[in-house]
Amino acid sequence: MTSTQERPLLELRGIYKSFGAVQVLHDVDFFIHAGQVTALVGDNGAGKSTLVKCISGIYSADAGEFRFEGQPVHIHGPRDAAQLGIEIVYQDLALCDNLDIVQNMFLGRERRQGMVLDDPTMELMASDTLSNLAVRTVRSVRQQVASLSGGQRQTVAIAKAVLWNSKVVILDEPTAALGVVQTAHVLELVRRLADKGLAVVLISHNMNDVFAVSDRVAALYLGRMVAEVRTADVTHAQVVELITAGRSGNIGLPARAEPANGTNFDTTPEGAAE
Amino acid sequence: MTTLGTPVSAPAATPAPVSSYVSGYFRRVRGGEMGALPAILGLVVLCTVFSIVRPVFLTPGNFANLLPQGAAVTVIAMGLIFVLLLGEIDLSAGFTSGVCASILALALSEQGLPWYAAILIAMLVGTLIGTTLGALVAKVGIPSFVVTLAAFLAFQGVVLLLIKGGTIVAIRDPVVLAIGNKNVPPLLGWALFALGVAAYAAIQLLRVATRRRRGVSHDPIGLVLLRVAALTIVGGAAVYILNVERSRNVLITSLKGVPIVVPIVVVLLIVLTFVLKRTGYGLHIYAVGGNREAALRAGINTDRIRISAFMICSTMAAIGGIITASRNNSVDANTGGSNVLLYAVGAAVIGGTSLFGGKGRILDAVLGGAVVAVIDNGMGLMGYSSGVKFIVTGTVLLLAAGVDALSRRRAATAGLR
Repeated sequence: MTSTQERPLLELRGIYKSFGAVQVLHDVDFFIHAGQVTALVGDNGAGKSTLVKCISGIYSADAGEFRFEGQPVHIHGPRDAAQLGIEIVYQDLALCDNLDIVQNMFLGRERRQGMVLDDPTMELMASDTLSNLAVRTVRSVRQQVASLSGGQRQTVAIAKAVLWNSKVVILDEPTAALGVVQTAHVLELVRRLADKGLAVVLISHNMNDVFAVSDRVAALYLGRMVAEVRTADVTHAQVVELITAGRSGNIGLPARAEPANGTNFDTTPEGAAE
Repeated sequence: MTTLGTPVSAPAATPAPVSSYVSGYFRRVRGGEMGALPAILGLVVLCTVFSIVRPVFLTPGNFANLLPQGAAVTVIAMGLIFVLLLGEIDLSAGFTSGVCASILALALSEQGLPWYAAILIAMLVGTLIGTTLGALVAKVGIPSFVVTLAAFLAFQGVVLLLIKGGTIVAIRDPVVLAIGNKNVPPLLGWALFALGVAAYAAIQLLRVATRRRRGVSHDPIGLVLLRVAALTIVGGAAVYILNVERSRNVLITSLKGVPIVVPIVVVLLIVLTFVLKRTGYGLHIYAVGGNREAALRAGINTDRIRISAFMICSTMAAIGGIITASRNNSVDANTGGSNVLLYAVGAAVIGGTSLFGGKGRILDAVLGGAVVAVIDNGMGLMGYSSGVKFIVTGTVLLLAAGVDALSRRRAATAGLR
């Protein structure tokens, strides 16, 4: 309903990806809007991680079209994605335990003064970012990541993604390993990111998380995007049905012509044939 | 997006008192982060025992002997730390030093090259060896254990071929011989010492001043002064002792001053510590060792980092080989062989570098190298055979590796790792 009103920040159309004989992504369309949390749901093996890795440039899609801010773009590697302002917070966090918070946040993109690392600047920027995200749980930005709790690590990983003036932040199961209180903290943070105008993609298995923060839900089923709907328009049970069966009432797989839902299976891009 | 914005002045970072640093240190030690503590305690215990059992251990002459004895192992260990930080190992470092020492000896004796050219060639051969090992590990994907074990055997053969079986190649170049055998004139020794302390103090204070000006946390001045004072006392005492006349008969020859290898080791210590702690490259070494996947995702070229670490390791092994050759006045089939590699790995681990990667400092090589040298020297003075020395050193290495493994477990339960 809303997807056509304003142009999505990132549009993916007709994405195909296979590993050998296994077709993992099949004609997937995916739209990410600024200022919104888009929940990407699907069962294990539905292709969520593959889709994210295509966006981040770790995998290259076999076919399909990427548009960023309306312009066609090509993402060939993580650097390309980072250049566009796309940051991914992985499930396994990708933090170095033996480094401190500042070092982790700037890893691979350190500020330098000549040969030497510009520690004061990085430290100030890191604490700035954390305080901007209203993170108060971290004692010192010079703490080793090894000494942080699961929620704090997730916070650092998210702050790392935000530090770079990023426009799209993709979170892969950010609450999977967290307790109740920490989950609430992280979800709050996710919501705050969207409210600041970022486009946020939340990959989650947890329906409570999805309904707590997301504006829209995109459901993958066996490598196909079966629905992209407003969270407010669907119920808990419907999303679960979409995940497990690929359809729910008039939303989902067999109901091919449902323009009202913003599901567009009929748009077959030319690239798909290649 | 306003998250980046202009740097808002952070809450005025008031330096914590020194006492909180001390209590923080003890908390880390209890949590399994022992750092240099085992090495320093070991040094104190060993020195005490040896000086009681063999008073000659504590003489300036023996002290001056001990330093060049431990220098080669320490230098090789410094290089090994780069490889160990990545969670890899270089078992061939000992014989790499042997190969480079042979090349140095041959370049001097057979080719008649000047000393600087011979040293340069030996070091370049080291770099080349490291590049090859690193490429085999990073690009081909053979485990470093296997690559360097193969190289260990092969280089042993290369040394034999280079020096044509059992011969001994003597070194006569005075400059090369001076590295391991001569001393810095006493006055120059004091001057270098003063320069070192002044530079250390200046760098530390400048750093605190910069960080304070920028409003970020910094070490309290008291702690910095404490460090400078400790360096002054320990270094000053060492220079003083080494400047005492230690010749048996002053009329024949005067023997005093800091051995030339000491400033060499100190310079290597400073340069490599700077590389590891202050540059992006050093940070990336730690990152790759801590979590290679994370480093990869951060856009770090992990293959390049790994190859470069092996290059540094083998180049340092070459320098160690040059020191060994100089110290022994010759190169033979055993140069860099037998216990050299295990002593070097032992030095790094005893100093506190982890075999699991991601944790270690260049200073560890110096502290651990001192422990190894003291054991070797002290047990030699007590008249024990090489067999006993090897067993004791092996036990100490095992002990250090055990401390490393246990402290990791301790740290895991304490939530530090």
